[in-house]
Amino acid sequence: MRIPILQLDRILLVSIQVDLTDNDAMQFQSDLVERVAAIEALGVAIDITALDVVDSYMARVINDTANMVRLLGAEVVICGIQPFVALTLIEMGRGLLGADCAFNLGQALEMLKGRIAKRGDTRFVGDEDV
Amino acid sequence: MSVNDSDTLEPTRLAVETIEVLIVSESDVMSASRQARLLAERLGFSRSSAYHIATAASELANNVLTHAGGGRLRASARHDHPELAVIGLELLAEDEGPGIPDPELALTEGYSTGKGLGCGLPGVKRLMDEFSLETRPGGTRVRAVKWR
Ligand SMILES: Nc1ncnc2c1ncn2[C@@H]1O[C@H](COP(=O)(O)OP(=O)(O)OP(=O)(O)O)[C@@H](O)[C@H]1O
Ligand SMILES: [Mg+2]
Repeated sequence: MRIPILQLDRILLVSIQVDLTDNDAMQFQSDLVERVAAIEALGVAIDITALDVVDSYMARVINDTANMVRLLGAEVVICGIQPFVALTLIEMGRGLLGADCAFNLGQALEMLKGRIAKRGDTRFVGDEDV
Repeated sequence: MSVNDSDTLEPTRLAVETIEVLIVSESDVMSASRQARLLAERLGFSRSSAYHIATAASELANNVLTHAGGGRLRASARHDHPELAVIGLELLAEDEGPGIPDPELALTEGYSTGKGLGCGLPGVKRLMDEFSLETRPGGTRVRAVKWR
């Protein structure tokens, strides 16, 4: 199970479709950090619309991934958390998901672009305005 | 893997009211969680309760796999009387693993002997209405009930 990584200018989009096994998760994380480094990505949006169970294991995988990406200097936004997943996560333990969240992919992209612009990163080379 | 979890089996009450999944791999954990959610939905639990149950099942099955090397997870309907309506769903995770030396510590938020967040057991306790843990050097049994 390999997760496709889509690229939009210097932003990467990934969508987690199923629960990842330990091996899938490691593969995904190494693929992603490699791509982030290769294109010097400025932001990454992680979409979890398709996940209907986010247990503490998946929460850790998502958090770890977000932290790795941040360490490389890119911004991260998680998007598409299902309402029932959100309810469950809060009930389980506040702050289980440590990254910033957006409603959907569109919003996540806006958030990323806003942040990239704010931190004054001139490396952004998109043709559309930021 | 599972027994009596299909709607296509004869629709006797018992046929759809218990599922049991042997946990030997990561895909069994996902299957246990999914089947627990489907059972909850069939038993008439609200969607948010069904997601709570699915997540708790996932935590318990994951613990069985990672800390005990395997075991089983059962989810079954609870009645206040055998012939009366369903009033709850019970999750039972059992294994013949090493047991938990200090159960109280294991129930503490953030405590993990592995690389986990240590939110599993405290999370199950919060997601479900009743929780009990029996453990000894030869195995662990966790029971958690959600009332409808
Ligand atoms: N079935 C079990 N057999 C043996 N030890 C267990 C079992 N379940 C839990 N434990 C012990 O209790 C500790 C706490 O469990 P808990 O599920 O809360 O956290 P975790 O599994 O370590 O991390 P997380 O669930 O957040 O990924 C575990 O680290 C482990 O030492
Ligand atoms: Mg656990």
